[in-house]
Amino acid sequence: MPRTVPPWETKRKLLVKTEDKTNPRYGCKPEERSVEEYMKYGVINLDKPAGPTSHEVAAWVKRILNLQHVGHGGTLEA
Amino acid sequence: MTGVLPIALEESRKIVQALLLSGKEYVCVMKLHREAEEKQVRNVLKEFEDTIYQRPPLRAAVKRQLRTRRIYYIDFLEMDGRNVLFKVGCEAGTYIRKLCFDIGEVLGCAAHMQELRRTRAGPFVENGDMVTLHDVAYWFMEWQEQKDERILRKFIQPMEKALVLVPKIYVRDSAVDAVCHGATLTAPGVLSLETKINKGLTVAVLTLKGEVVALAKAAVSTEDILNMEHGVVAETKRVLMLRGTYPKCWKSGEA
Repeated sequence: MPRTVPPWETKRKLLVKTEDKTNPRYGCKPEERSVEEYMKYGVINLDKPAGPTSHEVAAWVKRILNLQHVGHGGTLEA
Repeated sequence: MTGVLPIALEESRKIVQALLLSGKEYVCVMKLHREAEEKQVRNVLKEFEDTIYQRPPLRAAVKRQLRTRRIYYIDFLEMDGRNVLFKVGCEAGTYIRKLCFDIGEVLGCAAHMQELRRTRAGPFVENGDMVTLHDVAYWFMEWQEQKDERILRKFIQPMEKALVLVPKIYVRDSAVDAVCHGATLTAPGVLSLETKINKGLTVAVLTLKGEVVALAKAAVSTEDILNMEHGVVAETKRVLMLRGTYPKCWKSGEA
């Protein structure tokens, strides 16, 4: 089998169907969220250390940042 | 095992599903149990660049039934005695320990996985925005002391970052709150969209400000959506934005 294009190399173009504006009174750009909102809707690209499980690492992040809930994307275990 | 482990905070946990299903890349040290020729090792690695069969290992989080996984590529990097270093790009849910074992079987000399580092999980890679647990603890303390929010924004990223590889549909302000309430997205609400959307594909519904509203399942293709004047474009699956963020622009059916 030849090398297949992985999903992260798939190129997509943006096509416009209709033009419109967005009202600045509602919502905001993701990077302009208030600190509280920014954290609540945030993700961390973490370099998992060897040893603890993914769940343990996630629990540590939760404790360090004083949060109620965190989740992790894809268990990284043996 | 070390490497890329995206952590989703509070509300952003809802996007984890999209990450779990996205492709991964690893750098792996495989230990051969007997000497083998480099040429032979390279050839066997090439053979595994294919759709492979795997039964999840005894200790696994999923049902142990035979399933197929796509190996996008395996790049041989180095070989030192019985240690083989390679990079593998694969579909979510591929067991690299199993892959090493199977490579060993085909080589005839047997092998096991010695070390593994994940270098990609969906859009997340090893680069400038990757942080260690120490960084997180340090920067968070710094932020608490200095109250400078730029510190926090340095190691936390908006959840939209996790959706970089998910095809996007941008919608009108007036369509946002309906989607927040779980309504299906219909053609008049669509402003722009990305190519290569097909029926059944998971898409991200965004506002013109770039905020994600919800994850949805496309009902039709990009081409269809461009030509449609009415009808269902995508079915809302996971709402991420808080209801009421945008004004309600729809009428209740009971009125």
